[in-house]
Amino acid sequence: MANQRLTGYRRPDGRAGVRNHVVILPVDDLSNAVCEAVARTVPGTLALPHAYGRLQFGEDLDLTFRTLIGMGTNPNVAAAVVVGIEPNWTNRIVEGIAKSGKPVEGLSIERFGDLNTLAAASRVAQSFLQDASEIRREPIERRELIISIKCGESDTTTGLGSCPTTSEVVDRHVRDGGTVIFGETSELTGGEHLIAARCVDDDVRGRFQAMFDDYFKLIEESGANLLGSQPTQGNIRGGLSTIEEKALGNIAKTGSEPIVDALPPAVAPTRQGINFMDSSCAAAEQITLCAAAGAAVHLFPTGQGNIIGNPIVPVVKITANPLTARTMAEHIDVDVSGLLWRQYNLMEAGDRLMEVVDRTINGRLTCAEALGHREFVLTKLYRSA
Amino acid sequence: MSSIARDTEKSIEGPPGAPAFLIHNEGDHVGVAVQDVEPGPAVAVYIDSDREVPIEVIEAVPLGHKVALAALPEGADVVEYGVRIGVTRQPIEAGRLVHTHNLRSARWQTSV
Repeated sequence: MANQRLTGYRRPDGRAGVRNHVVILPVDDLSNAVCEAVARTVPGTLALPHAYGRLQFGEDLDLTFRTLIGMGTNPNVAAAVVVGIEPNWTNRIVEGIAKSGKPVEGLSIERFGDLNTLAAASRVAQSFLQDASEIRREPIERRELIISIKCGESDTTTGLGSCPTTSEVVDRHVRDGGTVIFGETSELTGGEHLIAARCVDDDVRGRFQAMFDDYFKLIEESGANLLGSQPTQGNIRGGLSTIEEKALGNIAKTGSEPIVDALPPAVAPTRQGINFMDSSCAAAEQITLCAAAGAAVHLFPTGQGNIIGNPIVPVVKITANPLTARTMAEHIDVDVSGLLWRQYNLMEAGDRLMEVVDRTINGRLTCAEALGHREFVLTKLYRSA
Repeated sequence: MSSIARDTEKSIEGPPGAPAFLIHNEGDHVGVAVQDVEPGPAVAVYIDSDREVPIEVIEAVPLGHKVALAALPEGADVVEYGVRIGVTRQPIEAGRLVHTHNLRSARWQTSV
């Protein structure tokens, strides 16, 4: 099963996706209501409501634009309808997505109102949905896919089992010519020297170190006690005591291959191999940034049972915690708790995860997809004007 | 809900022959409980070397929590994965639970 033929959806820019969503993308918070109404009017389309997009400026605004454009260009998306309160910023998003060659159209609400916009956007959405329904799965190569990784509600079982299992698949994917994204900048604290040592050259190492130092400074200068935030209360309940201990478990999922680049948030990787991306450790924020960077599948090791999903990227959950596997089975795609009791080895656990990843690529819904988890959260760098 | 509550209260026990603790690396100061462990003699296994060692556990260590493998003085570095994970807040006896009450970050000075 691990070598089964992979299929996906070929996009006009040549990239391959594993899902075929038609998204209704609001530019700003004000446009959420219409976007959600369109998705109700044309079932089968997917609204992506979010909280921001107004009066942002500078680097923070750039990140919002990059994230929204990235969601539209993600290869799991067939077509996008963009709705904003006014036409200027709406067009910026539309033009960004249009560069991928996929169908995209923008509508703005001022001088039309919600109801006229709903009618016009629904007509476009219907047409896009019908066209997308004719796109057929075709054979794809593993190396075409970007896989992103991030763990959540970690505990010590994550570092013992679910992260090393993920590591197996990360290394196999990279060795097959694929691309991987990891991030979680603050959650490398105590093990950042291990990441720096794996950077492929001094340029990447320097950029990684600058991103790490910047986050470290933000936390230390806040003067805050992060116990309960990072590590989270769930991490502590599960036995993790310090940020360093959490970081070492986190790093255990990144495989052993050289780190080829250090990317700003939501920037698509251009180098094959494993890429670091500067990002928050909050699950929805990090997975959203990876989705915007083009990830087709996300691997999510969890200890205590983070139930995260993403609207356009299937999130595969892996746990080695037998209590979580038993009490939260509906959220767990791969149970490797037998690793704790040495019932099988890491290679076998990796095979199990690989098989589920391949079935997910080929269309099997993940637990998070089946349960409707569609957490889509923009990273906000600072206050709006 | 009552049956769910009972389920989460049941202690986690591994199959016969399963170790009580796993230790990441030779030289680590702590082992991780892979089942709920009660005070008494227990077996720990090093992941990197497969070496088995006996431990005398002196307080309950729930699944996922850590036990001290040797006595640690106050202010000592604590090593897991072969890397420092923090410093002790107080002396810790061998066999004691190691967690936020007696271990703190060595890196984040305000997270105490």
